[in-house]
Amino acid sequence: MNPFAYSKPAAVNEALRLAGPNARFIAGGTNLLDLMKENVTRPERLIDINGLPLRGIDATASGGLRIGALVSNADLAWDARIEQRYPLLAQAILAGASPQLRNMASTGGNLLQRTRCYYFYDAGVPCNKREPGSGCPAKDGLNRIHAILGASDDCVAVNPSDMCVALAALEAVVIVAGPQGERRIDFADFHRLPGDTPERDNVLADDELILAVELPAEGFAAHSRYLKIRDRASYAFALVSVAAALELDGGIIRAARLALGGVAHKPWRRQEAEEVLIGKPASDETFALAADLLLEGARPLAHNGFKIELARRAVVRALGDAAHSIQHQGGRP
Amino acid sequence: MNAHAQPDSSPLGRPLDRVDGPLKVTGQARYAGEFNEGGLLYGSVVSSTIARGRVLSIDGAAAEAVPGVQLVLTHLNRPRLAADDDSYEDMDSAEGSAIRPLFNDRVLYSGQPLALVVADNLEIARHAASLVTIEYAAEAHQTDLVAALDQAHAAPAELPEPRGDAEAALLGAALSIELEYALPIEHHNPMEPHASTVLYQDDGSLLIYDKTQGPQNSQQYVQHVFLLDKEKVRILAPFVGGAFGSGLRPQYQLPLAVMAALVLKRSVRVTLTRQQMFTFGYRPRMLQRLRLGCTANGTLQAITHDAFAQTSRFEDFTEHVVEWSGMLYHCDNVRLGYQMVPLDVFTPLDMRAPGATEGVFALECAMDELACAAAIDPLQLRLLNFADTNQNEGKPYSSKELRACYAQGAERFGWDRRSMEPRSMRDGHQLVGWGMATGVWEAMQNPASARAALAADGTLTVSSATTDIGTGTYTVMTQIAAAAMGLPVEQVEFKLGDSSLPTAPLQGGSFTVSSVGTAVQQACTALQGKLFEVAQRLPQSPFAGAVLEQVEFVDGQLRLRESPETALAIAEVLAASGPLEAQADAKPDEKRDKFATATHSAVFVEVKVDEALGSIQVSRVVSAIAAGRVVNPKMARNQILGGVVWGIGMALQEETQIDHNLGRYMNHSLAEYHIPVNADIHDIEVIFVEENDDVVNALGSKGVGEIGIVGVASAVANAIYHATGKRIRELPITLDKLL
Repeated sequence: MNPFAYSKPAAVNEALRLAGPNARFIAGGTNLLDLMKENVTRPERLIDINGLPLRGIDATASGGLRIGALVSNADLAWDARIEQRYPLLAQAILAGASPQLRNMASTGGNLLQRTRCYYFYDAGVPCNKREPGSGCPAKDGLNRIHAILGASDDCVAVNPSDMCVALAALEAVVIVAGPQGERRIDFADFHRLPGDTPERDNVLADDELILAVELPAEGFAAHSRYLKIRDRASYAFALVSVAAALELDGGIIRAARLALGGVAHKPWRRQEAEEVLIGKPASDETFALAADLLLEGARPLAHNGFKIELARRAVVRALGDAAHSIQHQGGRP
Repeated sequence: MNAHAQPDSSPLGRPLDRVDGPLKVTGQARYAGEFNEGGLLYGSVVSSTIARGRVLSIDGAAAEAVPGVQLVLTHLNRPRLAADDDSYEDMDSAEGSAIRPLFNDRVLYSGQPLALVVADNLEIARHAASLVTIEYAAEAHQTDLVAALDQAHAAPAELPEPRGDAEAALLGAALSIELEYALPIEHHNPMEPHASTVLYQDDGSLLIYDKTQGPQNSQQYVQHVFLLDKEKVRILAPFVGGAFGSGLRPQYQLPLAVMAALVLKRSVRVTLTRQQMFTFGYRPRMLQRLRLGCTANGTLQAITHDAFAQTSRFEDFTEHVVEWSGMLYHCDNVRLGYQMVPLDVFTPLDMRAPGATEGVFALECAMDELACAAAIDPLQLRLLNFADTNQNEGKPYSSKELRACYAQGAERFGWDRRSMEPRSMRDGHQLVGWGMATGVWEAMQNPASARAALAADGTLTVSSATTDIGTGTYTVMTQIAAAAMGLPVEQVEFKLGDSSLPTAPLQGGSFTVSSVGTAVQQACTALQGKLFEVAQRLPQSPFAGAVLEQVEFVDGQLRLRESPETALAIAEVLAASGPLEAQADAKPDEKRDKFATATHSAVFVEVKVDEALGSIQVSRVVSAIAAGRVVNPKMARNQILGGVVWGIGMALQEETQIDHNLGRYMNHSLAEYHIPVNADIHDIEVIFVEENDDVVNALGSKGVGEIGIVGVASAVANAIYHATGKRIRELPITLDKLL
């Protein structure tokens, strides 16, 4: 870990003034401190935002909830309004990390988690995301956990977040503050695909700070399911995860949301996959159509081809569970 | 009843709580990296990023410029080191030339230590270490066992001679199968990282807290490598936070810390990072080919078992991999083979039941496949081929209650309700499978010494230079000494983890109770003789006409067996004599020579496999163990539970993944190197069957450190086959292999 300057502003404006290319905001630190210890990230300055007034979960005028960026993952998952109105989000959060980590990790920080690609984490080897232009050994190396969708020649890493997969399905909005004031970013636009600039995970500028995440009024509470498939029962990142949400009317699908985790550089959604479900009966045959559309264009690497079939089956299972209101603690199968 | 049945008051066989438990849970137990003293310096290791080549230059200028940095140590400015292979040998050396840290510019594997940055605190040291730049002349490397199989050579191991004619018997067998099993690299990963704190004394001697399974091993290593006098080096290891074999050889943080201490004449600590915990010994990747032949009714006719294991280019690491296939079942035609494949990697190292974990996995999976081929219940096949003698050695067993393990384990598990057909049991989305396997491990004993000393106040201190790697040595030795001396355990203290104590073997191989326990018992017996001599000479001694054999030591007294009212308190004797002490040098009894000695187990496993998604849950395990007398059922159960959990991890999760293009381990963290978490572990039941053995040692105890893991992974794999109809012969069985 390199030496760094530390400051703890008490107001958002002050935090924004301190921001810059060689500075990092720190909240829970559950990912950033690891990255610093591994010399993956070497900020000159840390701006501790824990003194900012961003800890509320408040009703919005449109009937949704505004979640402050500093609300911990644990507080969010166990909030009664989230449990009752947005169980998909609660399930997804509880499917990730461990209780200790969820107690520390913040809502804003979860959106900024960096990939768990082995090569990104090892400063002794090349990685385009860590050292742009140095190369991508994962492409021809150990890529069982890597992307099947949206990858580029420069980067095959995946976003590791569970919470973000649910937020994508729920069509949350990220509220961001910068020097020019606030802006709202649709969740689908927040994370980006690697392209030839894999060092950038999202569209946030260096001098911008996440203030809150807004949930729309519709939470699909009656029929939703977060399903996470991983190599052990807890404390492992998703090989594949599915956030599935349905609105049903007598067994007929009226609205649907579907997002995949563990397969791409961002939570993976596709409009066609959701549209194909509308007006059809909630059956495995229907769900398989959606799965095929969602996975269209999937391209396997040497060791992750299984993810395509696994994702297809997981989508069918998750939609089926959602339709039958079956939920499992921690997103388990 | 056991031949060595003790009075009801004996501490032997009692589930005594850990005597060191309060120290551990209150944080007072200090580990190698936790001893502080004023002026202690901290070292951070710089590791190679290439797998093979030479160091052209090491630029430490940026590191040296960081305030607080005291030294950047490399092969160019290290202190004088021994230059002969013998000096680098240790008690668990592999065949060949042990690595010499910072000796020269050669890079032999990725992760090799190439420099040590020493600074006033750990943070400065780690930051400065990240600023060291190394220029290499890289050479082509090979780290892939499969790609280098053509370079295999015979292992320097004494295998049992072939018996019968396995080839002919296979040809003539009604049924024969030929199978190949693949096991990955696994790393020990004890929770406590390896660390050495070298306290530099005013007289230039070194007092070293080291993470080790043998303080005397580390002592000799430092003495020889640094050409020091014996009295200049003392090693302490009062607590060890898990080791599993990783502390059987001195690891490189020890010589690095010593080098820095000698150069700076200061106290220095070096603690490895988790990533660096992947840069020394490990369980080797291995391919195993087995052929089994049997009659139509399942009687084994032939076994061949060939193992191909990776090793380093500088040492041939061998373990007992294939021997088990010549002894676990009765078979008259057996041929065993063992080949080494040298690669640009570090040398493998003994790890929990080394060799048996791998070899028995293959054998027990193959036996399950044979049972299926012969349409015989897997347990029946094993009973049908039960071995009453060890055919490798041509000797009967000193005891072998494996049949009781099978019977009691099967009954607790409900094995008789198992359906034969795969995919025949189901629970909703989940396919249910039942599998079983046999486990076996040697019951060894090594020479060991112990000292027993009675203080004037009647407290007994027994000591030996062994360690407690979490296995319960402090507790069990306390019990053995208290039982031998007839004292309450509260009056007994056991000291270990100090190279200056009486000689003990490395703590490993499940032979600590057998070896050190025997020494403890004999030291106490010797001390009894001294007590008795004093007692006899006391004025009006009630023992004046007695001989020692007539005396027993019970409840803090010497008393005549035949007339217990004739008694004298040990305290009274000590009042006359002052403190007494005795030492014993124990060795295996000659009567062991005529027998084979082993522990056995039968493991029964239930798995549930999600039919569509492939996710696997081990929902139930019953492990029945025959290991002679259990000195402390709580500690013993703890050992078996740990072994079973590890076996589950081995079956489903553990794998150190190496990128062969880079020649480097890539999942070198506990986030990505998976071992079971609590949510993976469900019901585990442990049964200790009664097994009386008056041959193995005077305690009748065989040791339980290894047997718990042996066979578990095969029982899981066999259960997965029963659930899914899929044979996965490559570990770990991750869910993608079942899709």
